[in-house]
Amino acid sequence: MRKLKLVMVGNGMAGVRTLEELQKIAPDMYDITVFGAEPHPNYNRILLSPVLAGEMTIQDIILNDLQWYADNDINLHLGARVGRIDRRNRSVTATGANGETISVDYDRLLLATGSTPFILPIPGNDLPGVISYRDIKDTDEMIDAAARYKHAVVIGAGLLGLEAANGLALRGMDVTVVHLSDWIMERQLDRTAGKMLQAALEAKGMKFKLNAHTAELVKGESGRVCAIRFKDGDTLPADLVCMAAGIRPNVALAEQAGIHCNRGIVVNDTLQTYDPRVYAVGECANHRGTAYGLVAPLFEQAKVCANHLAEMGIGRYQGSVTSTKLKVTGIDVFSAGDFSGAEGTEDIVLHDPGLGIYKRIVLKDDRLVGAVLYGDTKDGAWYFQLLKDEQNIHDIRDHLVFGNSHLGDVGHKGNSMAASMPDSAEVCGCNGVCKGTIVKAIKEHGLFSLEDVRKHTKASSSCGSCTGLVEQILASTVGGAYQPADSNNKAVCGCTDLSHGEVRKAVREHKLLSVSEAQQYLRWKTPNGCATCRPALNYYCISSWPHEAIDDPQSRFINERAHANIQKDGTYSVVPRMWGGLTTPTELRAIADAAEKYKVPTVKVTGGQRIDLLGVKKEDLPAMWADFAQAGMASGHAYGKSLRTVKTCVGSEHCRFGTQRSMELGVKLEKMLFGMWSPHKVKLAVSGCPRNCAESGIKDIGVIGVDSGYELYIGGNGGIKTEVAQFFCKVAGDEEVMEYGGAFIQLYREEGFYLERTCHYLERVGMEHIKQHVLENAERRKELYAQLLFALQNYKDPWAERFEDTSGGALRREFEIIKV
Amino acid sequence: MNDWKLICALADVPVLGARVVESSLKGRIALFRNSVDQVFAVHDKCPHKGGPLSQGIVHGSTVTCPLHSWKIQLEDGQVVAPDVGCVTSFPVKIDDGQVYMQL
Ligand code: SRM
Ligand SMILES: Cc1cc2nc3c(=O)[nH]c(=O)nc-3n(C[C@H](O)[C@H](O)[C@H](O)COP(=O)(O)OP(=O)(O)OC[C@H]3O[C@@H](n4cnc5c(N)ncnc54)[C@H](O)[C@@H]3O)c2cc1C
Ligand code: SF4
Ligand code: FES
Repeated sequence: MRKLKLVMVGNGMAGVRTLEELQKIAPDMYDITVFGAEPHPNYNRILLSPVLAGEMTIQDIILNDLQWYADNDINLHLGARVGRIDRRNRSVTATGANGETISVDYDRLLLATGSTPFILPIPGNDLPGVISYRDIKDTDEMIDAAARYKHAVVIGAGLLGLEAANGLALRGMDVTVVHLSDWIMERQLDRTAGKMLQAALEAKGMKFKLNAHTAELVKGESGRVCAIRFKDGDTLPADLVCMAAGIRPNVALAEQAGIHCNRGIVVNDTLQTYDPRVYAVGECANHRGTAYGLVAPLFEQAKVCANHLAEMGIGRYQGSVTSTKLKVTGIDVFSAGDFSGAEGTEDIVLHDPGLGIYKRIVLKDDRLVGAVLYGDTKDGAWYFQLLKDEQNIHDIRDHLVFGNSHLGDVGHKGNSMAASMPDSAEVCGCNGVCKGTIVKAIKEHGLFSLEDVRKHTKASSSCGSCTGLVEQILASTVGGAYQPADSNNKAVCGCTDLSHGEVRKAVREHKLLSVSEAQQYLRWKTPNGCATCRPALNYYCISSWPHEAIDDPQSRFINERAHANIQKDGTYSVVPRMWGGLTTPTELRAIADAAEKYKVPTVKVTGGQRIDLLGVKKEDLPAMWADFAQAGMASGHAYGKSLRTVKTCVGSEHCRFGTQRSMELGVKLEKMLFGMWSPHKVKLAVSGCPRNCAESGIKDIGVIGVDSGYELYIGGNGGIKTEVAQFFCKVAGDEEVMEYGGAFIQLYREEGFYLERTCHYLERVGMEHIKQHVLENAERRKELYAQLLFALQNYKDPWAERFEDTSGGALRREFEIIKV
Repeated sequence: MNDWKLICALADVPVLGARVVESSLKGRIALFRNSVDQVFAVHDKCPHKGGPLSQGIVHGSTVTCPLHSWKIQLEDGQVVAPDVGCVTSFPVKIDDGQVYMQL
């Protein structure tokens, strides 16, 4: 088959990212030709600021070297500017680096021409020494001027202008920033934060001239610019003038070709221009009225555009919320969203001039719509996440302004530490990755997303508790280029673009009954998924379609497949169930006998009120289980995303303070939930009185007996980050505990994302939602409870199933070794 | 020396699963079968910390180690980047529904 021809104009960040995405999903579809006006391969433009400041070199910021283009068979023309598009004959014509004419035909054309700096229309704007700040050439020119001249003037106090001024000042120039408005960065900061920032920059030696209207740039004797003159007659000496007064989408080429432009090349949600063969991404594009000037949204566009070029046709780009961060070392400014004070918005402000801290968060209808942080930006990523997720903040409003570290943790651990951490500090305790390694990987490989960092460094890829910290480091290293994934819409894994929510919904709506059926229907990108998505898919099928879906053992993690916990040396641990933490001499004798018979090296009391036999050989498991069955014991599921334990205290059966029979209720609950698979593990506890000896306050469901009945608490967690369970309701007796608790668990089983504990599920959907389904609507509660009981009907102890094995050996094979 | 040795029937290895083969000469070997009935054999010892690869999840022609999720390509025993390492692989073939291995 003839390959289609794809021509890309503009070899910058958005365009090349599109090609990268395309190569990932359809590597053989196109013959690709790229024209880049600059003589360099694709580099990380946003790091020009650290280069100017002397913190990095050009070599450090190359994203795709020439080898990359060669490896991907991309025809690259550097130093070649495209001057003409002939849409009728579908070809483009460029002038090459040596003045030669190059013409190439296309089937699809991708415009990624970026933007051009706005040059003030004033006399002298073309003098030598007057530049803008956009590319490597400009940066080199500034570095060169700083070595030879004294006075620099930067026009425009936006992000770009301030970063230019900072770099020039660090290189020893005397820098004045002139600005039209009353305060600096007025598009991102409000007045108070702007003034604080100005004072901090002045302390670093920068000068400012505000409310300044530039009239003219004055030519010196050498022919180079020598001064700047303002409308009020003032002048300032200037050997270098850097114009950073804004950018304009680069549309000249598209306009010449008759493609509809209006403050940018107008594109639809699939990044197509009015000519459907022609796509546009990046700063040159205008999507729903916005031309973005930060890379994060451009990367989102790139992904969608690649998806369409690959003719997969599923993605749509629907616009982005952006955040910015000033990359001036030692100064922390963050802003996100809208803080212009539009109608219906409310402000919460915290201002401590003494500590140099200013925080302003803008709310509308119980949602965060904007945030400005100065001095203390550690919560920036968290606010941004709240904003993007449109999370209801009603419940946390009273302490919202103090940031995340003041709330019970909500899964963004360690926020406060990123910036102040030394490079040698360990960030990821599971994989032993320190901050320096992460920062280095981000810079060297040009990483922008959490996924990328995980792939390259493994940081936060195991237990995930340092995810928040890694995101922080990412945000502080790449600045505004960092775009946290929409936490509710993250793709399950690299095998699909669909999120957990979308997959769950599809499994339910289209009655998908097995992992392979779901993968086929949802057009999985890999032949059999991976170790991340398969267990999730399997859970979604079996929980949505109990007794109908086909449980796939090969899509379960080894612990669930072998019904025991794998140990570091490849042996297993065995935890028989002790209902409610109760045991008998017969059971204890069976455990002792088994420990001797199978030479178990370690016997330990677990934190879940039962006994663990550690270090059992896999071959011995079925026989050991058969022995336990003799004593009436079944699997404890200490290995599963399933019901784990129901802890109990002695309760009114024995205790002098006990108000309720906690042991009895604990056993009933555990028997009811035996064999229940769930998104993550589920733990319960029943205490006989408010002294709460069973630690009901940190359980997925905690029950506390009081004189008049029971209090139910939900969403507690005693693990990675302790989360206190929230009060749910008060009920009168055992039957109600089982009904209300069971209904809540069933809702979680139906709506929870795989590997989401109840505390995170609760945080995502909100307590109100759960109350609506379980407390306020009795019919719905009974229905949920009935569904739970139905799903758990006829569950057979998996240990018995294996040592009895009526399948003709298939269930046992897993445990047998072939000797040769 | 390089004789093909009969190991078991293909049907004895679960699809997208593995069996442990213990050889008196070469120690423990993991025998894998993927979804298109290809078989692979590698030492049952992850190059990371010795995890039993036979207990991992198989996808494509790769296995994810059960201990810390390194991914190992089964054709040649190479570890998938960013991790580095390699595990010895053994030639295997299927003949008339039986699996043979060269040890
Ligand atoms: C055996 C036991 C430790 C002990 O000797 O006491 C244990 C052992 C393991 N825990 Fe645990 N946990 C044990 C009680 C707990 C408790 C205490 C409790 O249940 O009251 C907690 C905190 C309570 C909680 O979960 O809310 C606990 C929080 C964790 C976590 C963090 C969960 C979280 O959501 O934050 C993990 C990691 C995970 O599940 O992803 C974990 C994971 C593990 C694993 C399964 C790690 C693994 O994936 O291989 C450990 C298996 C060790 C092994 O080699 O067999 N274990 N683990 C306890 C078994 C209890 C039982 O009878 O079933
Ligand atoms: C100093 C600086 C600091 C920045 N800091 C940040 C930051 O902290 N965070 C952030 O998110 N963003 C930052 N940005 C903005 C970010 O770099 C841009 O949003 C991004 O590079 C735009 O990507 P693009 O592909 O649309 O355009 P570009 O990267 O500009 O690429 C367009 C390319 O097309 C070429 N081209 C144009 N016309 C033609 C033609 N006719 N023929 C051939 N080639 C052509 C241009 O030469 C250019 O190389 C910064 C920008 C600068 C300059
Ligand atoms: S038993 Fe739990 S706390 Fe102890 S090392 Fe294992 S996972 Fe960590
Ligand atoms: S032992 Fe295999 S990944 Fe660690």
